[in-house]
Amino acid sequence: VRSQGPPLSSFGVLASRATSDPSRPRRQRYDIHFHDKKILLLEAGPKKVLEKLSETYSNRVSSISPGSATLLSSFGAWDHICNMRYRAFRRMQVWDACSEALIMFDKDNLDDMGYIVENDVIMHALTKQLEAVSDRVTVLYRSKAIRYTWPCPFPMADSSPWVHITLGDGSTFQTKLLIGADGHNSGVRQAAGIQNVSWNYDQSAVVATLHLSEATENNVAWQRFLPSGPIALLPLSDTLSSLVWSTSHEHAAQLVSMDEEKFVDAVNSAFWSDADHTDFIDTAGAMLQYAVGLLKPTKVSARQLPPSVARVDAKSRVLFPLGLGHAAEYVRPRVALIGDAAHRVHPLAGQGVNMGFGDISSLAHHLSTAAFNGKDLGSMSHLTGYETERQRHNTALLAATDLLKRLYSTSAAPLVLRRWEQIMAFASK
Amino acid sequence: MWGGGKLGSSGGWFLRVLGPGGRNTKAVRPLISSVYVKNQLSWILQIKPGVFNEYRTMWFKSYRTTFSCLNRIKSFRYRWARLYSTSQTTVDSGEVKTFLALAHKWWDEQGIYAPLHSMNDLRVPFIRDNLLKTIPNHQPGKPLFGMKILDVGCGGGLLTEPLGRLGASVIGIDPVDENIKTAQCHKSFDPVLDKRIEYRVCSLEEIVEETAETFDAVVASEVVEHVIDLETFLQCCCQVLKPSGSLFITTINKTQLSYALGIVFSEQIAAIVPKGTHTWEKFVSPETLESILESNGLSVQTVVGMLYNPFSGYWHWSENTSLNYAAHAVKSGVQEHPMSAEFAFKGEAEELQANACTNPAVHEELKK
Repeated sequence: VRSQGPPLSSFGVLASRATSDPSRPRRQRYDIHFHDKKILLLEAGPKKVLEKLSETYSNRVSSISPGSATLLSSFGAWDHICNMRYRAFRRMQVWDACSEALIMFDKDNLDDMGYIVENDVIMHALTKQLEAVSDRVTVLYRSKAIRYTWPCPFPMADSSPWVHITLGDGSTFQTKLLIGADGHNSGVRQAAGIQNVSWNYDQSAVVATLHLSEATENNVAWQRFLPSGPIALLPLSDTLSSLVWSTSHEHAAQLVSMDEEKFVDAVNSAFWSDADHTDFIDTAGAMLQYAVGLLKPTKVSARQLPPSVARVDAKSRVLFPLGLGHAAEYVRPRVALIGDAAHRVHPLAGQGVNMGFGDISSLAHHLSTAAFNGKDLGSMSHLTGYETERQRHNTALLAATDLLKRLYSTSAAPLVLRRWEQIMAFASK
Repeated sequence: MWGGGKLGSSGGWFLRVLGPGGRNTKAVRPLISSVYVKNQLSWILQIKPGVFNEYRTMWFKSYRTTFSCLNRIKSFRYRWARLYSTSQTTVDSGEVKTFLALAHKWWDEQGIYAPLHSMNDLRVPFIRDNLLKTIPNHQPGKPLFGMKILDVGCGGGLLTEPLGRLGASVIGIDPVDENIKTAQCHKSFDPVLDKRIEYRVCSLEEIVEETAETFDAVVASEVVEHVIDLETFLQCCCQVLKPSGSLFITTINKTQLSYALGIVFSEQIAAIVPKGTHTWEKFVSPETLESILESNGLSVQTVVGMLYNPFSGYWHWSENTSLNYAAHAVKSGVQEHPMSAEFAFKGEAEELQANACTNPAVHEELKK
């Protein structure tokens, strides 16, 4: 059935910021400047209704930074997450397999450094909030856009200046601003013809849910850089942790298919083994560490021992390929890209989703100011402001993450020493 | 007696040519009135010394800006000539021709009107924030809801549309037919704007009578440097405003700097502004503007400079008003202002004129 959808005035971000008006202490679910804007969300998947939280933890988790948590709480989603489950961590220990060089990250007053939340929990919290603002935001599940019609670059008399979208079922919509939040294989980005710099790492990530040998406080995130790639243990509860192990495609495939016992052994040995050490590096490292300790006797603090793993949740082992991607442009007239559609990053720094939340925060801020200035939301003048702000931030992070990944992908001694120096420099800041 | 009556009547005619309202402090009119008026209107002569003093003060103020004093004399002569014509329009037909050629280029944000598009970043918040002060509780998402605004010289609707989006009911007028066509077409795609904005091809004077005292705000952005008769224009602006309504003006100052940068650099060298858009002689200094506004019962609240950075394409507020500037004035809400004194002035003049007219009739009667 072909039908002309109702004209909508804008296709906007689903996450809006709270009003900063101090006379209104109650949190707004949406930004007041978007009050009379109409928003449509096209979701390819089905509606995820979580009647009851399952006892088994999901194997896909994200590390949510405090900034992202603030964004989520600004429109009430964080409250739902708190009512379900999440795990705060206060410390992060990162160390090198070859040299035992170590950084311990924590906040001085032992504030939470971040939160480990299952992706399903986040999605459910967001769905709940979407329902709460359903008078303002329309969500179409199981819908996919098959064709986009872009506006003319020059304003022409009879052609519509808006973006037209045709869905799989034939319905069409027109909008002033199209936001592409459709992942690293973004259809919006491809249809707009935006160049994407991307390459695949010759690595895959294996995720699993692990049971620890004994219950601990479990508020530390662990990451060890092996020559094959980093392995990370993220706390989920007192007895459970989530594994993210980036390694070569072959090794990843082996890990996923091997026995559960062998898998647990592999994980434990990855965290505990000294096999990659060489005497030279050990001695050199120890001497330099001592020297620096004399000059700056802080921060190279006591090494904690990571927990050991007892067993793995059945059927929780999954692998997915890794790559890097960065869109050359985040915006075009009436189009903006956010999240993985704009950038894709290695999980070693736990930054992927946080960069996406940062994009949302920035775009919402720019659109809110534009709306309060009576601007057409699809106008390039404020979209380029968003692009500049986020590209600067994301490019630096992407480059750093990529560099770290390459640096730690080798066990050659000189490079190991170099990265040890890097860690020491980092730690002394 | 009859002769006196005649002069009286011609004096009355003179006052009517001045246009409605507008007792002004400019020395021009009282000087001329001294030529026409005889003893019957001797009270006009009484105010002459005061007026001369004011003229001298104004002259000193404008001495700061070297060119403008010379031009004051020039424009004085020009206005003298103008007063003899009975034309009531402030629209300059030469200007109309210039804008006609560029009528379809309004909405290209990176085109020749790019500086005007980016000026919205300054002028929309300026108008919005000053109007919000007068609204006790504004609707979320539509801060200017309930306001009636007139955008004079709206062009393609660059400023009209943002004001409409903020919830106001806006009427945009422009003497160039093609501009209104472009504006009309552009707003037609947006059903919300289509309802809130109305466009008309006309000049301000043509709608003064039907729209007297109906607008909460009048916006004349980048317009006063294009009109012929600034006084009449501002008088009309005042007339269509409700009491305590706001008038917003953005324009270019008349200084050496504005000649060098605004005409020579912007038009002739860097082509930031199309050639021939501006005539330096018609630029208006804030002092001139302020004095005309004050004399028409509009109290100037803010005058602030605006600076355009041609490299970044963005405008910035500035304390320096020697190039572009924005002004906000408020019409007095109460009638015991010079405005009422002027009404009495006019009223008495008409009364006297009526007396002068009836006198000969009485005389005839008596003769009979």
